[in-house]
Amino acid sequence: MKIPIVYNLRSLKERPVSTLTTAAGMSLVVAVFVAMMALASGFRAALVKSGSPENALVLRKGANAEMYSGITRSTASTIAGMPFVARGADNGRELRPGASEILVGVKIIDRFANTGLGETLSFGGRDWTVVGHFAADGSAFESEIWAENEQVMPVFRGEVFQSVTFRMTDPSSFDGIKQTLEDDPRLYVDVFRENEFYENQSVILTQILNFIAIFIAGVMAIGAVFGAINTMYAAVSSRAPEIAVLLTLGFKPGHVRSSFLIESVLIALLGGVVGCVLTLPINGLVTSTTNLESLSEVAFAFRVTPSLLVNGLVFAAVMGLVGGFFPALRASRQPVIVTLREA
Amino acid sequence: MKFMRLIWVNLLRNKRRTVLTVLSVTVALFLFATLRSVVTALDAVSEVGSEARLITRSATGITFALPQSYFERLRAQEDVRSVSWANWFGGIYVDQHNFFAQFAIDPQTYLAMYPEMVMPEDQKQAFLSERTAALVGRGLMERFGWSLGQNITLQGTIFPGDWEFTIRAVYVPDDPSFGDQMFFFHYDYLYEGVNGNIIPGWYILQLEDPTAAPAVIDRIDRMFENSSRPTKTETEKAFNAGFVTMWGNIGFLVKAIGTAVFFAILLIAANTMMMAGRERISENAVLKTLGFQDGLLFRLVLTESIVITLLGGALGVFGSKILFGPNNFVNAFIPGFEVEWSTVILGLAMATALGIVSGIVPAWQAMQLPVIQALRRVA
Repeated sequence: MKIPIVYNLRSLKERPVSTLTTAAGMSLVVAVFVAMMALASGFRAALVKSGSPENALVLRKGANAEMYSGITRSTASTIAGMPFVARGADNGRELRPGASEILVGVKIIDRFANTGLGETLSFGGRDWTVVGHFAADGSAFESEIWAENEQVMPVFRGEVFQSVTFRMTDPSSFDGIKQTLEDDPRLYVDVFRENEFYENQSVILTQILNFIAIFIAGVMAIGAVFGAINTMYAAVSSRAPEIAVLLTLGFKPGHVRSSFLIESVLIALLGGVVGCVLTLPINGLVTSTTNLESLSEVAFAFRVTPSLLVNGLVFAAVMGLVGGFFPALRASRQPVIVTLREA
Repeated sequence: MKFMRLIWVNLLRNKRRTVLTVLSVTVALFLFATLRSVVTALDAVSEVGSEARLITRSATGITFALPQSYFERLRAQEDVRSVSWANWFGGIYVDQHNFFAQFAIDPQTYLAMYPEMVMPEDQKQAFLSERTAALVGRGLMERFGWSLGQNITLQGTIFPGDWEFTIRAVYVPDDPSFGDQMFFFHYDYLYEGVNGNIIPGWYILQLEDPTAAPAVIDRIDRMFENSSRPTKTETEKAFNAGFVTMWGNIGFLVKAIGTAVFFAILLIAANTMMMAGRERISENAVLKTLGFQDGLLFRLVLTESIVITLLGGALGVFGSKILFGPNNFVNAFIPGFEVEWSTVILGLAMATALGIVSGIVPAWQAMQLPVIQALRRVA
């Protein structure tokens, strides 16, 4: 028969200070782990959500970011004439043609001055009136300012578009479309599926952020595991007579071992739950950085997802298992006679 | 001090516990020292720019270039000794993820302006005299295993095509924070490669006297204010600082993590000290009976706690100092990344504070111990 978990719960309640300090230490480790992962996942999500799989993005060959690309008017009109380009699918930008008007992404509004409705921004030697704010489901588009390209082009680059995006009549035939455009001798372009293009731009920074999260949380976890080992050893030695009685009553050493392991994991899970709760307030907090791969600012929100919280709990449980392993082993190997005589 | 031996024996009584506690403080202070070094290194990077050099760029953004005609107009300015310019190249070496900074520069004027880049005179001449020559930082050479005289091909992104360079000079920065991961080549080579279809990305101005900077900045930006390409001018130092803040609020992130680490370890250390205190109730009672004063007992327990955390702290801080000495592997990402002595001292101070805070409760308990009751429990 196994030792019931109630036994562990009651033991934990017997020494609240020790249980709570150990759990609190672990909760901070879990909180840092989840918060850092939330940063990475928020950044990635902002870029992954940018763009639709139904759209194709065309850049000049070799240009791996919009910033670096240039597409001439003739190239653009050649592409526009291709049969697989869907027509009439503009997403209703409410700018009056020919006017110096702009739409501003919602992530920018609080971060920069003069971006409120009706205010004016000045660039390219002209004043531009903000006539609208737009949201784009938390994507990197929300860090952009949109204006009619016929208005902006002469100001910035002359007769060149940076990129051309079109909706495909049949998104499943993307590979064929890519082939056709890239092989066309009149054009000098690379073609990407829009969402994959933006996702690709998030690779380096996501990797760096994930690495930092794992490095910091890993080092902290080592410290927390040492603390857990201390706590569990102390628990085992102060309860030596109790364990001897359990063994005398006929509980197998294996049962004692798993019982102490469970106790250690319970402490860690308590810490894990508290740690996860601590990170909830940062969910949705907006921050920003500069994306290495496109050299442009991206504002994004911390994203504490359910799967990250589960990861945090698993992380806590592993700390508990590792921390409890040797103390549990010691408990199960308690020499019964000697211990009972001493008690 | 004659009680040092008593403290020592107490520490050795439960060796496993002492070692584990010391090690948990070690990893915490290792993390602290490493994280703080990220902040100090980034601060150093934003300090590295000169106050005597100005950067003039397009007011619209760094990715927009400025007309060649501005060169003469800037050079004619009072208090400006010399003018140079540079362009961001943004090429790819083999794989898109091998990111490093590449600049097309006007070699003569640029090198004259940057004595920070130290290189042998013959290499310098070789770089200056060959149109396709490249000047590469030592760290970048090591990162890709390049050697002097090697041919390198970069795939252009802003400027399409494959670009061939020959490494003719290797520079070492006189201050590590300047960075040794940069790649420079001749603007003329780029100019011919794109059939003259290019203008300077930004201008660099060397001032006669740094104190003239505010006046010169004001004069230049006002001169171009109503042109088709208005400018934004700032000191190089301010410009670099702007680049560092671009990555986001790293200082805050590091402080938040550092605080979490400190409290996590505080809880662990305090827990250990309290466990040790509980075990020793009876012997503390005996010590009191023998005539040990309350104050002495308090100091004994507190000292023991400080010895543990200071030992752990020293291991962590010096471990980090040794691992991240000069020219460590992180320098590829953060120029001049190194654990400073100020970090070492701060870390040791934190370890001491950790010892005091975690030892204070058990020390107080030992002092307040009612002797009779404690001894009765022993019997």
